[in-house]
Amino acid sequence: MNRSIVISSGFHILMVIITAMSLPFLSKKPIDLPPIVSVELIQITDQTSIPFAPKAKKIIEKIKKKEEKLVSEQAPPKIVKKIKPDAVPLPDKKIDKIKKIKDKKQNPEKIDNEVKQVSEFEKDDLFDPNNIAALIDKSKVQSAEAINKTDKITQDQEKNVDFAGLSLSEEDALKAQIFGCWSIPLGLPYDQNLLVRIKLQLKPDGSIIRSEILDHARMNKPGQGFYKVLAESALRAIKLCQPLRVPSAGYERWKNLQLNFDAREMLEG
Amino acid sequence: MLFRYLLLLLILLPIKSFALIEVDITRGNLSPLPIAVSPLSIDEKSRENFKKILKKENIGSEIAAVVENNLKQSGLFNPLNKDAFLQKPDIANLKPRFEDWNLIKAQALITGKVTLVDEKLRVEFRLWDVLAGKEMVALAFTTIPSNWRRVGHIISDKVYERLTGEKGYFDTRIIYVAEEGPKTKRIKKLAIMDQDGFNNKFLTLGNELVLTPRFNPTNQMVTYLSYFKNLPRVYLLDIETGMQEVVGDFAGMTFAPRFSPDGKKIIMSFAKDGNSDIYTMDLENRIVERITNHPSIDTSPSFSPDGKYICFNSDRSGYQQIYVMSSNGKNVKRISFGKGLYGTPVWSPRGDLIAFTKLHKGKFYIGVMRTDGTGERLLTENFYQEAPSWSPNGRVLIFYRETKTNSEGEGFSAKLWSIDLTGYNEKLVETETDASDPSWSSLLSN
Repeated sequence: MNRSIVISSGFHILMVIITAMSLPFLSKKPIDLPPIVSVELIQITDQTSIPFAPKAKKIIEKIKKKEEKLVSEQAPPKIVKKIKPDAVPLPDKKIDKIKKIKDKKQNPEKIDNEVKQVSEFEKDDLFDPNNIAALIDKSKVQSAEAINKTDKITQDQEKNVDFAGLSLSEEDALKAQIFGCWSIPLGLPYDQNLLVRIKLQLKPDGSIIRSEILDHARMNKPGQGFYKVLAESALRAIKLCQPLRVPSAGYERWKNLQLNFDAREMLEG
Repeated sequence: MLFRYLLLLLILLPIKSFALIEVDITRGNLSPLPIAVSPLSIDEKSRENFKKILKKENIGSEIAAVVENNLKQSGLFNPLNKDAFLQKPDIANLKPRFEDWNLIKAQALITGKVTLVDEKLRVEFRLWDVLAGKEMVALAFTTIPSNWRRVGHIISDKVYERLTGEKGYFDTRIIYVAEEGPKTKRIKKLAIMDQDGFNNKFLTLGNELVLTPRFNPTNQMVTYLSYFKNLPRVYLLDIETGMQEVVGDFAGMTFAPRFSPDGKKIIMSFAKDGNSDIYTMDLENRIVERITNHPSIDTSPSFSPDGKYICFNSDRSGYQQIYVMSSNGKNVKRISFGKGLYGTPVWSPRGDLIAFTKLHKGKFYIGVMRTDGTGERLLTENFYQEAPSWSPNGRVLIFYRETKTNSEGEGFSAKLWSIDLTGYNEKLVETETDASDPSWSSLLSN
């Protein structure tokens, strides 16, 4: 008897724990953080190789002189060691020097290690001076991937996303696409119920596996002949629009989708 | 015992589930539906025979052209260019290759076949849903060869009804007053034509002035006003038989006779001693009943389609406005409150709207409003235009417009125009002569 009570209590507690923690916790995917995209802020004038136009150069020099004069009125200019290199450096040297300039200007106390806090992937390739073009292309790909990944993943978001609908922008994109495809039959009686609900089963690319009119029986009811016309127009819109503009991630979320076509607002004008 | 608990546990384990995402689609496009009207196929023998009978090279193409023109004029369809068609008419009629029609962006396809059977014209037609890849309508008609245009109109109506959800208006006729000569010495004849302007016929010789012809909503009977020895008479004319009868001579001025929805009464206004009121006349026993009794001018009465209400215009408020009352003349209620003068109200066959002519700041407008006066929409504006008449499905209005014929504002020309409820699809209806006072018939084939 006692043994049964203990077993029963044990299982009850186990069930309560499982229920409390729920399945999303169990099916939690490993953290997959996107690579950090490092952005370095530098002065364009420090890096530009475009020579100033002779006239502009004169004006800039004048302004510089004025500024120097103004400064000298207040306090003598501090003698600063010339930072800009006189000669054009070789590629290897150039990058090293640029880094030094930037460090001194922006954050002098910064340690070298902090600046290099980029992903391991970037660390290997980022400063390869022999392959700058490839570097640019790769960085584009990486940033695109990073954007995609931020759309797709995130462990914290997933909890919300799993059970929420489409985001506003996702829904708007889908709506805008279908608005363009749906030719509303203009002769429908707008004082009637003009709602057609269509359940869709979608492929990951947004194309349609199956479509089903939920109130199919209404078509055969007396005085509801217009409903068939409306339902057919909605089906045509879906077929015309496919593949639908669905989010690139969260297929499980939207693989079954219900579209509620309501022509009343448009027909009432 | 342990096994039971394990089983229970498995059942109760929360299953990962997703709520079904619902997206509301409340807007669509109102652009014309792309439709392919394939020429109706015809065998060589039938083609030769029809060529002898109708003097038409290819009657299949001619019928398809009638359908195409009707659908295009409606503004709701965009018939695609035939040059882009990839499939021949005879094969398309049997089994269309939907991929080919999809390629040219057609959403619907009309195919058909014409044959001569026992000296009669037999037309089969099919309407296909290109995107769904299925047949929507398939019908066959047999008639005398000279009726070939009507067959085209009937096909148009069937297609229109199947794709828009409301009845068409193509197999209908329009009666109007044909006008010729200078404005001071105008000859006015009663004329009738198909809604697309073909098969025009004059019904009177022009010896007497004719005004305001109106169709009976239930059959092909017409009532109109004509002056005989300077006295207004209300006539009834049967279009089918050509029989004509005088409903009555009425002292004083008589205006705008119009049928009740069941066709058993005529409603009109008489002017007596400078006061105009609304009366009805029972066509069986010719009993006249007074509906309004007011010192103001009440004119242009029109019944609601259920016959329970009448709309009319009256200046009882000081300015000409539109009023609605019960069919017995009680519960008179003003419904127009906008700036300007309102006239010629006509109740829509659908019962939801009243069309009217409005005069404001020297310009004439054709507009519609709900039957309670709300939702006023002005559809078209011009120097002079009036007398709107509804198509039998309540989607299109036909009216007449007078325009100056030269830049100095001299001379004038009166023509019929049509406009749909969107206000965008305005079309000139071609007539042989100048034209005014149009009235749209009900569908010839129901």
